[in-house]
Amino acid sequence: MQIAPAEQLKIVIVGHVDHGKSTFVGRLFNDTGSLPEGKLEQLRKAAERRGVPFEWANLMDALQSERDQNITIDTAQIWFRTPKRQYVIIDAPGHKEFLKNMITGAANAEAALLLIDAHEGVQENSRRHGYLLNLLGIRQIAVLVNKMDLENYSEARFGQIEAEYRQWLTSINVVPTVFIPISAREGDNIASASARMPWWKGPTVLTALDDFKVSEVPQDQPLRFPIQDVYRFDERRILAGRVESGSVKPGDRLVFSPTNKVSTVKTIERWNAPAATSAAAGESIGITLTEQIFVERGMIAAQESAPPYELTRFKTRIFWLGKRPFAKNKKYKLKLTTQEVECEIDTIEKVIDASSLATISRKPGEIFVGRHEVAELTLRTRRPVAFDTANEIVATGRFVLVDGLDVSGGGIIAEDNYPRRTHDIHTKSDNIYWSHGKVTITQRELRNSHRGCVLWLTGLSGSGKSTIATELERELFNLGRQAYILDGDNIRHGLCSDLGFSHRDRTENIRRIGEVAKLFADAGFVCITAFISPYRADRDLARTILPRDRFFEVYVNAPVNVCEKRDPKGLYAKARSGEIKDFTGVSAPYEPPADPDVELRTDKLSIPESVAKIMDYLGLQTGESQISI
Amino acid sequence: MDYLSKLENQSIYILREAFNKFENLAMLWSIGKDSTVLLWLARKAFFGHVPFPLVHVDTTYKIPSMIEYRDKLCKEWNLKLVVGKNEEVLKSGVTFPNGKATRVECCGTLKKDALKQVLDKHHFTGVIVGVRRDEEPTRAKERYFSPRDKNMEWNVEDQPPELWDQFKTDYEKGTHIRIHPLLHWTELNVWEYIHRENIPVIPLYFANGKNERYRSLGCYPCTGAIPSTARTVPEIIAELRNTKIPERSGRAQDQESEDAFEKLRRDGYM
Repeated sequence: MQIAPAEQLKIVIVGHVDHGKSTFVGRLFNDTGSLPEGKLEQLRKAAERRGVPFEWANLMDALQSERDQNITIDTAQIWFRTPKRQYVIIDAPGHKEFLKNMITGAANAEAALLLIDAHEGVQENSRRHGYLLNLLGIRQIAVLVNKMDLENYSEARFGQIEAEYRQWLTSINVVPTVFIPISAREGDNIASASARMPWWKGPTVLTALDDFKVSEVPQDQPLRFPIQDVYRFDERRILAGRVESGSVKPGDRLVFSPTNKVSTVKTIERWNAPAATSAAAGESIGITLTEQIFVERGMIAAQESAPPYELTRFKTRIFWLGKRPFAKNKKYKLKLTTQEVECEIDTIEKVIDASSLATISRKPGEIFVGRHEVAELTLRTRRPVAFDTANEIVATGRFVLVDGLDVSGGGIIAEDNYPRRTHDIHTKSDNIYWSHGKVTITQRELRNSHRGCVLWLTGLSGSGKSTIATELERELFNLGRQAYILDGDNIRHGLCSDLGFSHRDRTENIRRIGEVAKLFADAGFVCITAFISPYRADRDLARTILPRDRFFEVYVNAPVNVCEKRDPKGLYAKARSGEIKDFTGVSAPYEPPADPDVELRTDKLSIPESVAKIMDYLGLQTGESQISI
Repeated sequence: MDYLSKLENQSIYILREAFNKFENLAMLWSIGKDSTVLLWLARKAFFGHVPFPLVHVDTTYKIPSMIEYRDKLCKEWNLKLVVGKNEEVLKSGVTFPNGKATRVECCGTLKKDALKQVLDKHHFTGVIVGVRRDEEPTRAKERYFSPRDKNMEWNVEDQPPELWDQFKTDYEKGTHIRIHPLLHWTELNVWEYIHRENIPVIPLYFANGKNERYRSLGCYPCTGAIPSTARTVPEIIAELRNTKIPERSGRAQDQESEDAFEKLRRDGYM
């Protein structure tokens, strides 16, 4: 039995179209004895049947359209082993048209082999691929000067190409690992040293591969733990995510960007894994916290002493792959770890042709980055983004850009004089005081003759929340009470007009309403909220914003079939027909309150009866106090 | 970190992205080793839970002990199972075992069309599938998040870029996304992981008294056993480290013509 290699390295093969990438991979597999049994024979037969010469490239070019055109269209992966380690070979297309596939292949690699045709010499995509490898963060690059057989294995020709390409790499700050003269078709210097190039004293490709280093995820850097999701499968509230850098352990004080709330790690969660006291970079884990604070997907947890930057403007280097240009005054979505935020171009410093470094000049007024171009530009985001520069922490220093439904570009965050929050983090969290006016809440309550509080009505659409709220407000007003309704539809017209109906947007909707309701209660009002608020956790969150004796949950309860029969806004009909997505009770869940302060069975109670029940409850609650409503 | 842990962490990350991004998510479970490893990874990702239904496309020609094994695991692991069958074609009898369809046509109706029927019925917009790049060449071209149009077709010539674990999660109404969390695993990795985690797999993978075992499981008329004496997981691992025979060599539908499998997959096959 062979000894199992302990490590795996991912290599991408890049270079200009027809410079022999797929042929090289086929040859590498053959010469290292890695081809599956019968594969070679199958390829030879297929070529014979089609009346075309046998091509090594057909090993990787699996698609009919690729074999028809003799080009690689999409990136593919294939595995082989040396005694040292296992390799994943990623073949990337060299045709400019398929640059997005080249980037897909290269972005996943730890090292690259860049092929240049000795006969054709350095071409457009030889240079472009070199530039992009660097932008993608690949630092280990071996350059293979291929098709040496066409140049009579000439040392001079090899030297010429090496000099030319080395100059290009130097101009873009890339230091190549090695240059090797090869012939993929003839098998020279692939797995064994070539007798036809006795002048070559350097390594074969196989040796060069084994000399590459496996990239380890950075553990000595500051912690970055982007929250991927929050799970409540059982009693525990688990924050799930992958440690992108650094490490985390119970007892660590973490600050969550962008709210800057702080809590302490209680446990590290894993399933069916050996117990470990900490989690390091690269691990997909969960954590629980000792103090419950509001955390959602997109937040980044860091140690208090070393948080990320948090800004709405930053400098970037981007590449654009979209069919439509990346244009100024248009909105795009930026995805950085699990953060998603709307962004637009602030200023373009320059647009570059990555195959020549020439600045592309545009007509005045035409401000955009075209397909396959790269650029240095400043982005502006709608909300602050937590990030690091790509030189500091790779995972939080790179992002992709989404145009409409499609990932259309990507980039890295460049160095600049960004303000560090290391010193001002406490300024930010501690120096925002709750400003107290000269009028106290007690004085307000004496003036009003009642306390401010929140009546939180929750229930299905059509259960009667708005009708009850309206009647209740009127009753209270007539009795001289300060009352005000926050109504679901009204709030969505203004305060929450940027939110949709996904789980996350619903959570944010409820959070904002909770904060506004608190302000009303502080001002001495009886604030009545009428929102479906389907998730228990969201209502619990709203509850935490206010003291226990100022928040009352009213469950407006009617079975869904009763609500559907009423359907005052015709919404159930639309939900059933699929016109409305995520409709509570039909296509989205409703979690009833476990222990409401008041429950109104509106399928049995009339509106006046329901209102009376709340009035009764308020009277009882405040009966012992002089101040009652 | 060792490479199996790297593979595992990456798959967990992908599963969690899928669960966050798709409201109507399901996982295909073929009862084979790959999708059973996938199921195990889901339990890792969601701390012992599998928070979405499993879809088994049942051609009715599966090896009978596969169904027994399926039902047993569903009970033990508390799984929600949805079974998809192309009842119409099964009733008409136009299948390969009946001699009324070619192998590829049979796969097309009993697997691909049955899958479409079950996806349409339950409005699944995200479908987790346990395919791997090293299984066969068209799968080597796959993305982790791979869009399918409303006819379930795969536009292989124009796939989305996929980099830095940012996936295609925005899609048009009526289309769906296939999610492939095991794409970067090899057959050998799968067995090494089964060994490390002690995952129960169906006994058909182990050599029987006739010194034969299944390396890849499918329908019995089109799946052949291979000669093998491997009776334990470590023996299978040892066997695979030395073999040069492709994994799907026992799957007859792949061998019908040069691009038979590519055509099936373009049309929506797993």
